[in-house]
Amino acid sequence: MAAVPAEEVAVEVVDLEKISLRELNQRLHNLAHAPGPSAWRVVNPDGAHAVACGIDVDVEVAIEGHVGYYCAGMNKRATVRVHGNAGPGVAENMMSGQVLVDGNASQSAGATGRGGLLVVRGDASARCGISMKGIDIVVGGSVGHLSAFMAQRGCLVVCGDAGEALGDSIYEARLYIRGEVAELGADCVEKEVRAEHREQLGGLLEAAGIDADPADFRRYGSARKLYNFTIDNAGAY
Amino acid sequence: MAAETERAWNLRESHLFDRTVIAEIQRAARKGIYDIRGFGAKRHVPHFDDLLFLGASISRYPLEGYRERCATDVVLGTRFAKKPLELRIPVTIAGMSFGALSAPAKEALGRGASEVGTSTTTGDGGMTPEEREHSETLVYQLLPSRYGMNPDDLRKADAIEVVVGQGAKPGGGGMLLGHKISDRVAEMRDLPRGIDQRSASRHPDWTGPDDLEIKIGELREITDWEKPVFVKVGATRTYYDVQLAVKAGADVIVVDGMQGGTAATQDVFIEHVGIPTLPATRIAVEALQELGMHRQVQLIVSGGIRTGADVAKALALGADAVSIGTAALVALGDNSPEYDEQYRQLGSAAGFYDDYQAGRDPAGISTQDDELAARLDPVVGGRKIANYLRVLTLEAQTLARACGKSHVLNLEPEDLVALTVEAAAMARVPLAGTDWIPGATPT
Repeated sequence: MAAVPAEEVAVEVVDLEKISLRELNQRLHNLAHAPGPSAWRVVNPDGAHAVACGIDVDVEVAIEGHVGYYCAGMNKRATVRVHGNAGPGVAENMMSGQVLVDGNASQSAGATGRGGLLVVRGDASARCGISMKGIDIVVGGSVGHLSAFMAQRGCLVVCGDAGEALGDSIYEARLYIRGEVAELGADCVEKEVRAEHREQLGGLLEAAGIDADPADFRRYGSARKLYNFTIDNAGAY
Repeated sequence: MAAETERAWNLRESHLFDRTVIAEIQRAARKGIYDIRGFGAKRHVPHFDDLLFLGASISRYPLEGYRERCATDVVLGTRFAKKPLELRIPVTIAGMSFGALSAPAKEALGRGASEVGTSTTTGDGGMTPEEREHSETLVYQLLPSRYGMNPDDLRKADAIEVVVGQGAKPGGGGMLLGHKISDRVAEMRDLPRGIDQRSASRHPDWTGPDDLEIKIGELREITDWEKPVFVKVGATRTYYDVQLAVKAGADVIVVDGMQGGTAATQDVFIEHVGIPTLPATRIAVEALQELGMHRQVQLIVSGGIRTGADVAKALALGADAVSIGTAALVALGDNSPEYDEQYRQLGSAAGFYDDYQAGRDPAGISTQDDELAARLDPVVGGRKIANYLRVLTLEAQTLARACGKSHVLNLEPEDLVALTVEAAAMARVPLAGTDWIPGATPT
């Protein structure tokens, strides 16, 4: 019998065909109070919702397959890798850590996230980064309409194209788009890319493991004209 | 003098264009922006005042006032949660944000609620440490904006309330105007100081009842199925909202009638959207009964609850508890004659003040100005809230005993009649002195 490589011995394998989602999440939550495996592999997720949500510990979770809604929701500190596609709200309200999706992500990826890094190597759908509050999101492909709607803080990096109403009603978030933008939303404008932005973008692309040249991206952000309501801007709403 | 009197008697104010309407048209013409204000609906709508209790007589045996026990405890969240809320009284404090309200006001609400064994609720903007510290039972709201939302506070909460809407503005979002955005409020909401903070009208990561069910499932997973999950809706399409909330897995449903308060909303929204608390209560109860879930999924009703009579009537119609917002602020001193001169300096008067959005509240309640907020002693305020909640409870008990009930939740529609045709139709109780329930299907 061949020896098992040492780094695989510590991996806790959980088969969602054999144990319930509740048990998986409870065991992951228990790590915040009691030591346990630092690397987990979840097999047969079969589109389950809320897989690996609410983790609050430095742990690596690899999910082998597609997941449903809210995978890694409200994640803190953990690294969650989805080797498949993710349903709506992946990494919603993430606080810290990393969530990596090999495939595509459905709508509202990274919604309201307050920290950490979300990487979608494929495309993300509508409302990617909606109401983001500090999370950084890097998308290897394109994003759908209303992405970064009311985005408050953090960066959204899109290596492909962006759909209609990008950055509508945006606050202080930064948007870096390499491809075409179908339409900018209310109060979202193109801005100068300075050295500090190229440096920030380069760092995000590197962290995401995506090979792209920061010089190819354009930056968008808030014109800050709608920050305080005045009737003269009524037509913009 | 006679001529002057005659002239005065000849003056006839238009019902259609009364002085309030004229003033609003001229204000709009000057300012070019709709009126944004706080408080709740000011128009007359059918309410619990239009119902009366039928006290005990020969056919119904009363309980002895002050002597025989009339219990008031209520358990909320018995459907799925491992740890339901066990409250000593069926009156809770509604969600009001730190930001809209000052820190002392939030602390006072928590202190008062805790003293009498009931819950208070966070609001748009997150949970403050003071609020958690002084609230024995705290409901944490999950709102569309998700300002301040984090899993730590979610786990610290005793229950979670998914806010779909509120009675003052069903279908509308919120707005905290820039002059109320202090450094602390700004930091909690991840936004710069001094800019208007909009709260979205719909949630960012779910769009319908099927999604809501999955969202509730996620919240339960994150909190290990410990916390009751409330779903709050503004009273509008109440029948369907209640049934869909049940289907989505709510433990508790909160229905907020159109008289429910707000910190800042367009006047046109406050006065013209939603339905009154009275019909909403009856509709919500019927929706639960049809599903066989009445008392399995608890119902909290809010929007214009002021007295123990309001409490008792809501319970008699089938609610499990009520929630107060505006009345709690009034108990803290909002609109008190004590501040009349200062209200007048702001262009209002005691009894009329509704500019919560402006942040200049002389009572120190709806403000983020440190000097004004310091006027509200949270310990004294907490005592007032506790006193007021006790009075509401005593009044409700008094009415329940008079109807022969040993628990306030034993009150029932049969104990009520209506004073007006409208109230009879909305509450589905007979018009007083008749057996007529307008709109009821004849049996």
